[in-house]
Amino acid sequence: MNAPNQSGWKPAMIASEDGMHNGPATTTGNRALMLEEPLLFEIGRVDVTGVDLPPVDDAAPNRLGGLARSEAIGLVGLTEPETVRHYTRLSRQNYGIDLGFFPLGSCTMKHNPRLNEKVARLPGFADIHPLAPQSSVQGALEVISQLGEWLCKLTGMPAVAMSPKAGAHGELCGILAIRAAHEARGDAREVVLVPESAHGTNPATAAFANYRVEDIPATPEGRVDVAALKARLAPDVAAVMITNPNTCGLFEKDFREIADAVHAAGGYVYCDGANFNAIVGKVRPGDLGVDAMHINLHKTFSTPHGGGGPGSGPVVLSEALAPFAPLPFVRSSDAGSFYLVEEENREERGPSFGRMTAFHGQMGMFTRALTYMLSHGADGLKQVAEDAVLNANYILRSMEDILHAPFAGSGPCMHEALFGDKDFGGDLSTLDVAKGLIDEGYHPMTVYFPLVVHGAMLVEPTETESKAAIDQFITAFRAVVERALAGDEALKQAPYYAPRRRLDETAAARKPKLAFEG
Amino acid sequence: MRYLPLTDTDRTAMLAKIGATTVDDLFVDVPEIARLDGPIQGLPMHASEMAVERHMKKLAAKNLVAGDVPFFLGAGAYRHHVPASVDTIIQRGEFLTAYTPYQPEIAQGTLQMLFEFQTQVARLYGCAVANASLYDGSTACWEAVAMATRVTKRGRAVLSGALHPHYAQVVKTMAHFTGDIIADAMPAIQPEPDLDGLIARIDDQTACVVVQYPDILGRISDLSAVAEAAHAKGALLVVVNTEPVALGACKSPGEMGADIVVGEGQSLGVGLQFGGPYLGLFAVRDPKHVRQMPGRLCGETTDAEGKRGFVLTLSTREQHIRREKATSNICTNSGLCALAFTVHMTLLGEKGLRELAAENHRLACLAADRLAKVPGVRVLNNAFFNEFTLILDGKPAREIVRDLADRGVLGGVSLGRLYAGVAALEHALLVAVTETTTEDDIERLAFELEASIKETV
Repeated sequence: MNAPNQSGWKPAMIASEDGMHNGPATTTGNRALMLEEPLLFEIGRVDVTGVDLPPVDDAAPNRLGGLARSEAIGLVGLTEPETVRHYTRLSRQNYGIDLGFFPLGSCTMKHNPRLNEKVARLPGFADIHPLAPQSSVQGALEVISQLGEWLCKLTGMPAVAMSPKAGAHGELCGILAIRAAHEARGDAREVVLVPESAHGTNPATAAFANYRVEDIPATPEGRVDVAALKARLAPDVAAVMITNPNTCGLFEKDFREIADAVHAAGGYVYCDGANFNAIVGKVRPGDLGVDAMHINLHKTFSTPHGGGGPGSGPVVLSEALAPFAPLPFVRSSDAGSFYLVEEENREERGPSFGRMTAFHGQMGMFTRALTYMLSHGADGLKQVAEDAVLNANYILRSMEDILHAPFAGSGPCMHEALFGDKDFGGDLSTLDVAKGLIDEGYHPMTVYFPLVVHGAMLVEPTETESKAAIDQFITAFRAVVERALAGDEALKQAPYYAPRRRLDETAAARKPKLAFEG
Repeated sequence: MRYLPLTDTDRTAMLAKIGATTVDDLFVDVPEIARLDGPIQGLPMHASEMAVERHMKKLAAKNLVAGDVPFFLGAGAYRHHVPASVDTIIQRGEFLTAYTPYQPEIAQGTLQMLFEFQTQVARLYGCAVANASLYDGSTACWEAVAMATRVTKRGRAVLSGALHPHYAQVVKTMAHFTGDIIADAMPAIQPEPDLDGLIARIDDQTACVVVQYPDILGRISDLSAVAEAAHAKGALLVVVNTEPVALGACKSPGEMGADIVVGEGQSLGVGLQFGGPYLGLFAVRDPKHVRQMPGRLCGETTDAEGKRGFVLTLSTREQHIRREKATSNICTNSGLCALAFTVHMTLLGEKGLRELAAENHRLACLAADRLAKVPGVRVLNNAFFNEFTLILDGKPAREIVRDLADRGVLGGVSLGRLYAGVAALEHALLVAVTETTTEDDIERLAFELEASIKETV
């Protein structure tokens, strides 16, 4: 049942070691459906456009105040058929969830439902201006309000700030609210405690908000060292930032105890909610003593990752921090209409710490996330968490006999399984396993993160994979790992079959070429 | 449930492999106090695609669609025609459902697109290097100020009074926490921006001067003198652009001596979307500043067989490597919006962008002339691109805008909305005109504006 391929292919049919060269060379460098594509600036022309517009009348008077452009911009254009082909050919050099299993740990590459895309494109959402009179955009404000209500109920928190543009922006929102709350009572605290296993954004965010960052060690079982944390708590500690479930894929079972200790010391508890998808519908962070937590709508609530954004990072807030939430936010009146609280609403804005972005947040992501929530409902979201955790544990237990799983003895994992590169043969490393998986048709897992495990491999299957897909991945993953354990040097050159072989990142950084020249 | 492929048979088999009896055995580390018995109360249960679509359509129907009425709003978000092919390309699963290109061998599509995007943005801005995008123009504006403080090792930023007030608010909010000093100002209602006054505010402690071009009132002016004055004091000039189409007709900020150019890219490809997601653009004129830039950068290199390829590079600036010493905490940027922008820009090209800009300006001139004929209305600007300021003599513009909406015209953005409570600005109305505006729309606005002014006390 674990057949790696149903097509009649057999291992004996494997191509020569340099696989790509088992047929005659081609004139173009293309190989059937594997098509090379030049740069836009090599195929575009200065005098070609794919949009029909009236010609420029240089003699027409203008009111540009003597600043009419005299120099060429340096752009090139393509007609529509050329444009569609250029980008279609580029797209085929990309791996996406639609194409296959994408177990990138901590990034939650789950299926992106197409109803979300359809709804976000309704003109009533896509074609409305952020500064339109509020009476003309009541439906948009209601979406923000409904989504906020879902987020509050799912997390058990009383308030939510909707405007942060991505997870890291949400972290910043939470940390600024904490800073503002301390300032409001004249308490100048300087330190934020961050576990070693945290996402890089946590310390970067705290530093951005002018805090000094101190590391908290992990226990051998992969959780926050509660004793060390408690020992460090003092009047200079403004907050702790803890990811739960953590980046080792484990639930921080002492979270409530940590939160109580932090609160007793006058600090606040920031929870990095990047991994909320493991517990959505099962656990409410509000019951654990959280003061602020961002939620990546592109992770838990299935908005597309888009090759690196846009994200969306609403932040749920405790009673203590809610008054400091950023502007603008949506309120509803007694009459049932919705309105925005902005700088001008001096009474209602209260001690808000200010504005983080020009408008109201990622509306296009709100419509998608709300669509997803309504589709799953409270029952379905619970099933989402359960299936995500089940899939991850299934992979953990299917790999631990051959692959070092440092925390496999710490109990079940949550939504992701963490492995290390112990016992690999020769000088093979995690990177080689990742590149070997590319040849097998998979997007690799997250590698070298978290930093607390040597050669970390963080595998997150998500709930939107079938058992057959997971079994096939396990078969492939085991095969590549066995090659690594056996010291198969051929892995050092992988991938062989991707659109590109390994790229020289050192050269790219040493002499950066960041724009087309010519 | 239609998005969950596991069957109960699968679940049972998988639990057996794991050695668990029920799925709750996998949640044993959740403390007792935090365990929930059943689905969270107060939320609906799952629903069919048809039912969800019906719910969302009802909400959408409560909004007045910009394209359905004469529409003149701008102030940092502009309604342009987006060619049909842009949306079909960004919906290709290989782009839509990819992630940040951490594995470049199987992400060349995204990487090459970003390299082309960076080139387009750098050239549009008259700069050497652009990054792979930030969240939006307002956050890019703060990132520019933060970068200027790193480059100059100074902690004071001078903001032009005619910088978008939301952008100024974002900068001030952030600076409050970083301890930087922000010298801001209110816009002066006059035909030309007060550049001499701005120059006079630059001192030896100034890290940067931040000027919007075209500015919040739609005015455009030569910033060369500001650049010279800033440089003479050892400060950088940051130019903010919220309407990239303007740069198809006007001199680039780089040509006028801007050191960092940032802006909002929403006009091309992205659409209005009630304010987000948008597209932060960020570029530097001098390549020596590259290592102080925030955000992702895509660079060219070669693979093991010598073929050209692209990678994310200079990541030692970034949070996932440098942690608390990173240039910014940004991780996810605005990749799909960057794709939409670059596809639209590719369709336009040099020729199309110049034509698009000319058409915007032509219609804006037409609108300014027509609206100036409405009794009680005058045009403030001497120079403008596609947005200008009307002064409604003795009438509060905010009320007029609401009244116009009731008359089925989205007539502009009142400065009263942007600067609530500032009496000197409450008669000013920002009017934006793009290629989507028809001459009938202009006529309708003129007609309703005249009626509204007459009937508003």
